[in-house]
Amino acid sequence: MTDLAANALLTTADGRPLKSALAAAQVRAKRRAFLLVLPLLLFVLLTFVVPIGQMLHRSVYHDGFSANAPAVSAWLAAHPAGTAPDEAAYAALAEDFKAMKAAKTAGEAGTRVNYTLPESRSLFTKTARVADDLAPPYREALLAVDAKWGDPLVWEAMRSASSAYTSDFYLSGLDMERTADGGIERVPPKERIYVYLYLKTFALSALITFICLLLAFPVAHLLATLPMAKANLLMILVLLPFWTSLLVRTTSWMVLLQGQGVVNNTLVALGLIKDESRLSMMYNQTGTIIVMVHILLPFMILPLYSVMRVIPPSYARAARSLGATSWTTFRRIYLPQTLPGIGAGALLVFILAVGYYITPALVGGADGQLFSNLIQFHMTKSNWSMAAALSAMLLLGVLLLYWLYDRLVGIDKLKLG
Amino acid sequence: MAAAAQSDAFVAFEHVQKSYDGVSLVVKDLNLTISKGEFLTMLGPSGSGKTTCLMMLAGFETATHGEITLDGRPINQVPPHKRGIGMVFQNYALFPHMTVGENLSFPLEVRGMGKSQRDEKIKRALDMVQMGAFANRRPAQLSGGQQQRIALARALVFDPQLVLMDEPLGALDKQLREHMQFEIKHLHESLGITVVYVTHDQGEALTMSDRIAVFNDGRIQQLAPPADLYERPDNSFVAGFIGENNKLLGTIEDLSGDRALVRLPTGELIDATPVNVREKGQKTLVSIRPERVEFKPSMMPEGAHTLDAVVTEVIYMGDILRAVLRVAGQDGFVMKMRNTQGQTRLAPGEAIKVGWHPQDARALDP
Repeated sequence: MTDLAANALLTTADGRPLKSALAAAQVRAKRRAFLLVLPLLLFVLLTFVVPIGQMLHRSVYHDGFSANAPAVSAWLAAHPAGTAPDEAAYAALAEDFKAMKAAKTAGEAGTRVNYTLPESRSLFTKTARVADDLAPPYREALLAVDAKWGDPLVWEAMRSASSAYTSDFYLSGLDMERTADGGIERVPPKERIYVYLYLKTFALSALITFICLLLAFPVAHLLATLPMAKANLLMILVLLPFWTSLLVRTTSWMVLLQGQGVVNNTLVALGLIKDESRLSMMYNQTGTIIVMVHILLPFMILPLYSVMRVIPPSYARAARSLGATSWTTFRRIYLPQTLPGIGAGALLVFILAVGYYITPALVGGADGQLFSNLIQFHMTKSNWSMAAALSAMLLLGVLLLYWLYDRLVGIDKLKLG
Repeated sequence: MAAAAQSDAFVAFEHVQKSYDGVSLVVKDLNLTISKGEFLTMLGPSGSGKTTCLMMLAGFETATHGEITLDGRPINQVPPHKRGIGMVFQNYALFPHMTVGENLSFPLEVRGMGKSQRDEKIKRALDMVQMGAFANRRPAQLSGGQQQRIALARALVFDPQLVLMDEPLGALDKQLREHMQFEIKHLHESLGITVVYVTHDQGEALTMSDRIAVFNDGRIQQLAPPADLYERPDNSFVAGFIGENNKLLGTIEDLSGDRALVRLPTGELIDATPVNVREKGQKTLVSIRPERVEFKPSMMPEGAHTLDAVVTEVIYMGDILRAVLRVAGQDGFVMKMRNTQGQTRLAPGEAIKVGWHPQDARALDP
């Protein structure tokens, strides 16, 4: 109590209360610090947070149908799922088609419905072409244009498209589709591509990460133990790929590994393999693995090296002097101390591998494609929402792994250099 | 101890040479025997080859030539983990990912010792260094001195006959270092182990050792108990390296048995004990310890030669007074006086006469 009373009475030399003077002094320092980081903050906000936010928004938002077909959207909103469309519904549809023809937006609306129900876009463009000729009774008129207008699946697809916010893109991404009565089921086995490729991408990335670790560990150890001059030379060799264009590196692998490539020709010339049984190391999964391991190897070596460099050789010596064999010393003393580097390198390589698309696109052939190639496919088709949904799935997978890593190893143990 | 060394050699270096680059020798023809239970210190400036010798003994470096034997057994081909030598490192080298208990358990586990026996040994070793309560801490949570104790306990926990210490106290502050010196010494005495200790700190070497091997330029310059080393250095390197030392350059004027008369360049004569000078007319470096320099005629022997000196500076150091003198035309001649009741206080500018017992001045190679 006396302390508090004494504190309350404390003032600065010019009579201001000490607390407010301190706060005022700190406000200035805080404001200056904030202004200093402001440019970076804005930059990150504009180039990172906003685009990702937009992407996530797009993955659940598409107003191609709802904005261009307001009347039928209103009817669908007023009637529960499974209601058979009445004359009012067809009238609203005809009204919307007349407006869409005038505004030339039938394709846009059709595209949106097409995402939920394939081959619907042509139905829209076809109907819009004759929209001006539509007259009551509209049901008969529209069915005359195309019998599909009587299909409950088309109406269910429009119902799902009538709301700008939708989970349809994620449903597609999970190989699911909507049924006529508003339920959800898996697509026929032949059409299930996303989940398979998603899992395959993670499995391939894990394999690539593992191979990178096996190759990088001895190299990083050598780098960390060699004398400075030799280590620097070796380091340049490690970094050399970084200074070469990704495309150049990938194409040189194509030259080396293809059917008539350097490696196969050499093996045939040496008589190790027969001419008709040349190894297929390119335009398949093997090609993707080989080239990606090469490209991602430095990302494993560098964190490992930075950790190994600061492990004093005296630890190993101490272990040896205490009676441990060199294998025990490695397993119980050296390896545990390199774990932060292994974690950082593995996380880095894995995340990069999961999102890689140029290399698989170039050397992957049919079975070496990864999930990101699908994202790229949808982007070239201007299906931004689908690409965004797939990207979000990939992001979620990576975040899950990140969380797992934090739980198991601890993110504060991460050491990148 | 020194006399016993030859008869029951526990560790022996025989004509050991070591080269890292094939061009120059880091260790040149080392011959050294260490007897069981001895505390031997290898002392020398950095690059003198002392640490290389320790590493060869531990098995981390191989001798380029020569033989090292441990308990009569040649160990050149024995890998480090089979030598059974305890070692304390300069930076302690405590495994950072293990607790103190796990660190101590490690050497016992690799020897396949059972859990109950391990726990008992760990407890005993920790109690020995008064760290019994710290078994569950991580090395990073300990202070430098505590880490040092753990490193010591780990090197001793598996009961090695020989313990090597590579500048183990180098990272500690002065007071802690002096405290640890005594603890290590006491452990050595109570356990009866053989210790080979490497340091560049001569104070540490003098305090702890049974014998000290002074290294320079890949050779042992002198191997002797601390008192001999300090009071009777064999050559000018040892005299200069151990303790503070006044050096006077001169020529042998007369040599008779254990007395040498040295003429300084300024013409004055001083007495000295010849150590490694052979004949008259030879150049010599006379070395005198500052605390053996006397300025009161009553303290000097009958007929001693004296030098005229002028006090240039007197520094009060608490237990002693340190006077810097100008002697025989050169500055920086140091004299130490005990700060006793009634000690004569010299003042700068004062003219005095200094002298010494002839056995305290040693005429060495220049």
